[in-house]
Amino acid sequence: MFELLGIPPQALFGQVLLGLINGSFYAILSLGLAVIFGLLNIINFTHGAQYMMGAFVAWMCLNYLGINYWAALVLSPLVVGATGIVIERFLLKRIAHLDHLYGLLLTFGLALIIQGLFRNQYGSSGLPYQIPPQLTGGQNLGFMFLPNYRGWVVIASLVICLATWFVIEKTKLGAYLRAATENPTLTQAFGINVPLLVTLTYGFGVALAALAGVLAAPIYSVNPNMGADLIIVVFAVVVIGGMGSIMGAIVTGFSLGLIEGLTKVFYPEAAATVIFIIMVLVLLVKPAGLFGRPA
Amino acid sequence: MLTEATAVNPAVATAPLLQVRGLEAWYGESHVLHGIDFDVAPGEVVTLLGRNGAGKTTTLKSIIGIMAKRKGSVVMAGTETIQLPSRAIARLGVGYVPEERGIYSSLNVEENLMLPPQVKPGGLSVDEIFTLFPNLKERIKSQGTKLSGGEQQMLAIGRILRTGANLLLFDEPTEGLAPVIIDQIGRTIAQLKSRGFTIILVEQNFRFAATVADRHYVVEQGKVIDMIPNAELDNNIDKLHGYLGV
Repeated sequence: MFELLGIPPQALFGQVLLGLINGSFYAILSLGLAVIFGLLNIINFTHGAQYMMGAFVAWMCLNYLGINYWAALVLSPLVVGATGIVIERFLLKRIAHLDHLYGLLLTFGLALIIQGLFRNQYGSSGLPYQIPPQLTGGQNLGFMFLPNYRGWVVIASLVICLATWFVIEKTKLGAYLRAATENPTLTQAFGINVPLLVTLTYGFGVALAALAGVLAAPIYSVNPNMGADLIIVVFAVVVIGGMGSIMGAIVTGFSLGLIEGLTKVFYPEAAATVIFIIMVLVLLVKPAGLFGRPA
Repeated sequence: MLTEATAVNPAVATAPLLQVRGLEAWYGESHVLHGIDFDVAPGEVVTLLGRNGAGKTTTLKSIIGIMAKRKGSVVMAGTETIQLPSRAIARLGVGYVPEERGIYSSLNVEENLMLPPQVKPGGLSVDEIFTLFPNLKERIKSQGTKLSGGEQQMLAIGRILRTGANLLLFDEPTEGLAPVIIDQIGRTIAQLKSRGFTIILVEQNFRFAATVADRHYVVEQGKVIDMIPNAELDNNIDKLHGYLGV
């Protein structure tokens, strides 16, 4: 078997795949954050908890109600998205006119409460969630072994991200959303129901987080802290990509996952910090982020 | 006597499309409008004239409902709107062209044009809008804010003609534009009037206002202090110069 730069290809491609998997979650989560920040001007610190809720709802569906993975893939985002709508209507709406900082504190507090409740109920050791039977096993691609479920996660994430991008950038609904993001007062003065758009957007962003949670459930164990661990990296991704840019969030998410994976191969010591080092460099050179527009 | 009175003030002849009474408005703590009163009859073009800071723009913003703090009475086609959110006022058939034009940079020309939802039947078709403003058709895929100032103004006017709104609020449509574009906008307003649109025009350029309007309301310190029919403008020119400080 050939070697690349002294690295066995199995190890290299294995890490590339792992990087793509992580990148998939970075992309979906930072996409949701970007959509929410664009319209609500809120940095949604509850996002990690909502991703965790997505995984837990899938677990509950299976263990309490016998609802399988595929149904949970639809049901869990709907349920968690609905809780997001309640949060927006009863909490976020009340602080919409205040400084960013209040939204940050409120959503951070909510995340702590939600994580605490789940930890109380389910402990923090993690619950297993089986890979759906249709996606067990894998493909031998010659240069590497590709587990079917991991391939599915990468493809599903790409489709979800591109579909979201398409709706926002190419449809009438997306035009309303972009208009309301840019100038809510005028958009409302054209007869468009901006408050409803805000509520639905938050619900959608939260549903995206939950969807990522369901995708993650069979890979990582279902754990009350799974979101808290991930969300810090996702915020770094968002800072690098630039707040509010849709394509920026997607491209940055996947690329940083890959870079992280490659760092594990070539310089494992830096694997945990490489994203933060890139964040610092980007902030030094382009404070608005790679795809962000300067305020 | 009666016919004479209606001839002098056409607003009395028919029920007004818009009736404004005792309109007050605030920016935060700053009290800007102190009781604005005026009427606009269906099919009329009226202007609000006055010095900078007199409250003309604020009056338009209060009519469309984007002034958060306002009171008094604004009746649009029989519906009291003072408590309504702007989206509900727009749906009564009010189209708004803001002073800064409000072209969205994240939307292309076509998306800008098609953004405002239809609120009533009877709006212009997209083809009719392109006939009025051929430039827009050529630049349909351009980013909204890549247009010239004149083209942006045409887009800002064009997009509310589609919606079926019959009361149009134009805030300084000629500001900062070349004379040839101002002429084009003047012709457009005349065409819109002949199609039965009702228009309230805020203008600094009263020479332009005189070419398109039926009546002029003079606003000073948040109040309407005078009304001059366009036909009597020449007789009142000295008085008007005094009001406007020119």
